[in-house]
Amino acid sequence: MARISGVDLPRNKRIEVALTYIYGVGDTRARQILESCGVDPNRRTQDISDDDVNRIRRELEKFKVEGALRTEVSMNIKRLMDIGCYRGLRHRRGLPVRGQRTHTNARTHKGSRRPIAGKKKAPKK
Amino acid sequence: MPRSVKKGPYIDDRLLLRIEIMNSKNEKKVVKTWARASTISPDFVGHTVAVHNGNKFIPVYITENMVGHKLGEFSPTRLFRGHGGKLADKRSKAR
Repeated sequence: MARISGVDLPRNKRIEVALTYIYGVGDTRARQILESCGVDPNRRTQDISDDDVNRIRRELEKFKVEGALRTEVSMNIKRLMDIGCYRGLRHRRGLPVRGQRTHTNARTHKGSRRPIAGKKKAPKK
Repeated sequence: MPRSVKKGPYIDDRLLLRIEIMNSKNEKKVVKTWARASTISPDFVGHTVAVHNGNKFIPVYITENMVGHKLGEFSPTRLFRGHGGKLADKRSKAR
């Protein structure tokens, strides 16, 4: 089984897809890595030799992935919150940061709806 | 869309001039400004700028982290007091 940067890769998927299970690797980066390692992107993860896995590992070291990337992202958000700028305030309140509407929608960032006291449900017909 | 790199950052000329004068005299005074769109340049660090929010001037102490942001980002123009409040509370209790 291939274990790269602390993530178990799914065995039965194409390696090109399997690599995207790593946080920080998407379609594009997965393809770039495979190209520079000379591995066929269509091969399944289980069919890949240890040699190739090691080469992929070495190639991946060039990028910030998983834990390091997660810390960087949360540090960036923390910086925004600490300096008290508008974007930081939006992060603090759990509202969308980039000027989206909040009258409706915005459910991804706000989370699921909280019930409002005293509000009646619409009568069933 | 971000501002063209060719033009460089927009920094309010008069504000920058006043800060530079203060820097050369080594003094620190609060500068009132309406230039919310002005980028914070490294010269501003350590000064306090009072940024207008449409109603009053919000004092902003500039730290190193803020360089590259705009002054307006630190002076919110809207005040959200929350939905409902006492009125809504009373109504829900009465029921």
